[in-house]
Amino acid sequence: MQELIDELGRLPGIGPKSAQRIAFHILQSESFDVTRLAEVLLEVKEKVRFCEICGNVTEQQTCIICRDPRRSAATICVVEEAKDVQAIERTREFRGLYHVLGGAISPIDGIGPDDLNIRKLVQRLADGTVTEVIIATDPNLEGEATATYLTRLLVQPNLRVTRLASGLPVGGDLEYADEVTLGRAFEGRRLVEQ
Amino acid sequence: MPKLYRDEAVVLRTHKLGEADRIVTMLSRSHGKIRAVAKGVRRTASKFGARLEPFMVADVQLYEGRTLDIITQAESLGSYGAEIASDYASYTAATVMVETADKVTDDDGSLQQYLLLVGALRSLSRAEHHASLTLDSYLLRALSIAGWAPSFVDCAVTGAPGPHTAFVVQLGGVVADTVAPPGAPRLDRATLDLLASLLAGDWDAAESSEERARSQASGVVAAYVQFHLERSLRSLQHVDRTVHS
Repeated sequence: MQELIDELGRLPGIGPKSAQRIAFHILQSESFDVTRLAEVLLEVKEKVRFCEICGNVTEQQTCIICRDPRRSAATICVVEEAKDVQAIERTREFRGLYHVLGGAISPIDGIGPDDLNIRKLVQRLADGTVTEVIIATDPNLEGEATATYLTRLLVQPNLRVTRLASGLPVGGDLEYADEVTLGRAFEGRRLVEQ
Repeated sequence: MPKLYRDEAVVLRTHKLGEADRIVTMLSRSHGKIRAVAKGVRRTASKFGARLEPFMVADVQLYEGRTLDIITQAESLGSYGAEIASDYASYTAATVMVETADKVTDDDGSLQQYLLLVGALRSLSRAEHHASLTLDSYLLRALSIAGWAPSFVDCAVTGAPGPHTAFVVQLGGVVADTVAPPGAPRLDRATLDLLASLLAGDWDAAESSEERARSQASGVVAAYVQFHLERSLRSLQHVDRTVHS
């Protein structure tokens, strides 16, 4: 039992108390299909890997998005993690391709540009098919610094490099916005179409 | 009753905690180094997430926890993060600064270290000087405050008046030929002048230095810092000295 608690406690976001609760739930719950959970865990480790083109998660050599002929090959959206791809896909606003960096530049954690999936991104841009790169790294310090690095790196003719807008969350009150976010919203204001 | 307290602090680094929280390491004006939990700051609707990013200076209110304190409020006093992150050389320099500040300070704190770091980050955000020069100057001064002031003119061992050219990191700076160990590296006059200017904050002299002297001085500063901190600075190898800001 202690081994199970220790293993669960090694997962991100699960502390010793939560690990203990989950372990006892597995032990006590009759409805809980432990075999199914074990199978799924093994399946994920065996079958799921990273797409050879974009770095997204997939069960094949390339991911479902890279294989889809209906997606526009002229636009690449650069994200930090594969979970960001899922978040953007939920918006149904973007019909281009993705490129997953596998993190953000964070020198204090020993992560530099060479530790990220940047070289492959440059290779994807070499044939001139891509006309726009949308940098969708997180709007925090590491994400912004990574965007700055990429912007500097990807300067080439006939390529537009854009950054996701930042500003006020939908459904929020302006008075509660912090000055950094509000300042960004002002910087990125747009002309209202008439 | 938990004890509430308030202080000005500069954010050194953050770590993710749980679903949406962060552990924030800060260097404060009067409480030394503080490690505290900022709850829910990773959510987009967080009221003070943006104020607790690295390189931000904030007026924070905390209450004492059992192991980590909890941040209850944060007001921005200086938001240098955006300007620093918009220049890659400044960003890499600033990460070395906060990592150094994290290593040279403890819970007792030091007002001088706090003021030095805030001043250096402000200078970087305003691009007042070349990022590499600001970094080297910060490192020399931070080590001096911590008690490891290097000597670039008089002999660090005997005090014999300079100029001397033999530089020995282990002995604390330049040393006279009589005490210099065999094979001690020699620095040229321009590099020593630049190092002395960076330590003293003579920016006119530092700005007029040549690229070769800057490159050599950066190497000396890096070696000096790593030796005295007794461990390597992870961010130092990522410093971008190629692009002039």
